[in-house]
Amino acid sequence: MKIHEYQGKEILRRYGVPVPKGEAAFRAEEVSPIAERLIAETGIPVVVVKAQIHAGGRGKGGGVKVAKGGAVEARALADKILGMQLVTKQTGPEGQRVRRLYIEQGLDIARELYLALLVDREQRRIAIIGSTEGGMDIEQVAHDTPEKILTMHVDPAIGFAHYQARKLGFALGLGPSMKGPLGQFVKVLETLYRCFVTEDCSLLEINPLVVTKSGEVVALDAKVTFDDNAAWRHPEWPAMHDPYEEDPVEIEAKRAGLSYVSLDGDIGCLVNGAGLAMATMDIIMHYGGRPANFLDVGGGASQEQVKTAFQMILQSGHVRGIFVNIFGGIMRCDVVAGGIVAAAKELTLKVPLVVRLDGTNVELGRKILDESGLLIQSASSMADGAQKICAAVKSAKA
Amino acid sequence: MSILVGSDTRVVFQGITGESGSLHARACLAYGTKIVAGVTPGKGGQKFEEKVPIFDTVEQAVKNEGAEVSCIFVPPAGAADAILEAADAGCRFVVCITDGVPVLDMVRVRRFLEGRKTKLLGPNCPGIITPDECKIGIMPGHIHKKGHVGVLSKSGTLTYEAVGQLSALGIGQSTCIGIGGDPVGGLDFIDCLQMFNDDPETHGVVLIGEIGGSAEQRAAEWIKAHMKKPVIAFIAGRAAPPGKRMGHAGAIIAGGKGTAAEKMAAFEAAGVRVAATPGEMGVTMKAAMSA
Repeated sequence: MKIHEYQGKEILRRYGVPVPKGEAAFRAEEVSPIAERLIAETGIPVVVVKAQIHAGGRGKGGGVKVAKGGAVEARALADKILGMQLVTKQTGPEGQRVRRLYIEQGLDIARELYLALLVDREQRRIAIIGSTEGGMDIEQVAHDTPEKILTMHVDPAIGFAHYQARKLGFALGLGPSMKGPLGQFVKVLETLYRCFVTEDCSLLEINPLVVTKSGEVVALDAKVTFDDNAAWRHPEWPAMHDPYEEDPVEIEAKRAGLSYVSLDGDIGCLVNGAGLAMATMDIIMHYGGRPANFLDVGGGASQEQVKTAFQMILQSGHVRGIFVNIFGGIMRCDVVAGGIVAAAKELTLKVPLVVRLDGTNVELGRKILDESGLLIQSASSMADGAQKICAAVKSAKA
Repeated sequence: MSILVGSDTRVVFQGITGESGSLHARACLAYGTKIVAGVTPGKGGQKFEEKVPIFDTVEQAVKNEGAEVSCIFVPPAGAADAILEAADAGCRFVVCITDGVPVLDMVRVRRFLEGRKTKLLGPNCPGIITPDECKIGIMPGHIHKKGHVGVLSKSGTLTYEAVGQLSALGIGQSTCIGIGGDPVGGLDFIDCLQMFNDDPETHGVVLIGEIGGSAEQRAAEWIKAHMKKPVIAFIAGRAAPPGKRMGHAGAIIAGGKGTAAEKMAAFEAAGVRVAATPGEMGVTMKAAMSA
């Protein structure tokens, strides 16, 4: 689960990591008073207006603007940014609508560093990544100048050691004295590690971490992603969830215990298991079709869940055919078949339906489909099914 | 013998009285797996299905019944702890089926296992089966056929798909392993390939990977350097758009890395035949075996 920058900074502030003063705004009218307050409190006449969307690359896309002309300019910028379709490298061409802003005090920046904590799958440990190239697209830096990316791993039995933070600080040129930025950096990094572990993050990225002209180390951005698997021990997470950042159909799917991702094709897929669901999309593409979704009904879906899955596929509007691909393990083919029949009858299905069943109780499942009186093409294998649905959708289009 | 588990393997089920634990323990018993004990804290002294003794701790199951392999069906909040308990009790192999274990719990578990003899499979995996001998997990037993091809996969149902295709072609399996799709888990592709390579009963391997990470690329390098047997591969997720999580926490393409194309190219460079579609895993293996 991703959260917004302003929410991430609230967490950092709670842990004692220095962040600039700022407030979130949901309407343009709120921006002037916030800017006035910030200017009065900090004595700095500059504020920054930042679009709050979950995707990165906001600055380059025009979602982050500096207002040097006080509250009036901040309001003018807010009018422009709020409600815009912000297109960045990570949003895709359609962009993401800006519904929230973060108004923040300006800082006199001397240096911009990059800092991130994440779970390194290969090393099976938390990795801390630092670079002198802050404020840049870090993937580009890693590609062009890999020597500028410094990585260290944390032994979970020991925790993050003081020397590691010191070492990274020296490597980033923050020395020599622990009384200056180096000492602050060490404290910030140790705090971030504690925050990462306690809050069950899977990513905590500060880009940039800045050193101000007066020598303060401050987190100027905060990108926080939580590990969804740890949701059960974080009752505070749902309050931070922004439903506008997710596809409403995907949210509904989650509620029904299904895993769903919208795609832009026209063949709806209903599959059990994530791997098989991905492979089903692949084979549809191979035979010239385009999948409309990824849908994993899970290991032991009920008839009701199968029905919900059908409803969701049909909701997307542009679906011209449905391919059900089930290899029953725990999932019984007769249960799936029952769900399909119930859904097809209740939702008066008007698009071609191809069903491939295999595995546990397959005979019983096929019998239920055969006797339903519904127009269902049955497939003998995954490849057969993919070919049949691609042909059916093609002929319907022609 | 196959790898890791066979007809003599003595298994303990942790969480045997839970809903899915009991369901799958029954199916494994019916398949012929030697489940010698169950563990549910607080239910020690009772019996499962009137024959399998239940203990409060894994240590008691090991001491009293000679359990050596554990299968875990404990809910996510207690799964990591259950793995620690099994390893501490001396189980040589732990299979954790549980889906939804926090990644930082697994980071700590892996650290705990360092320097111990215990091997871990999973979490979030379908388990392991040596056909006609021992089934530890949630896979449908009847689709398997005893033979000489090892199957190795991150995905559950896609493994069944591969097994179904192999069995239909008359190609039996030595051992089938689902390593799970979580970012941090136990045995990886290379660990399993190594065991298949050393197993005289295994004559070839089907490897099923998916988008995200670089485990497949590293497996390809290892195969090129060490593998003495034919390997065929399939990579799921060619059609997946970047940045979206596809069911498995691991299946996400980040920054253009971990794409299906990249992984397929790595396998081809290592002399591994890559099935063009998931419908051709069986025939690709057949061709590789007779080549």
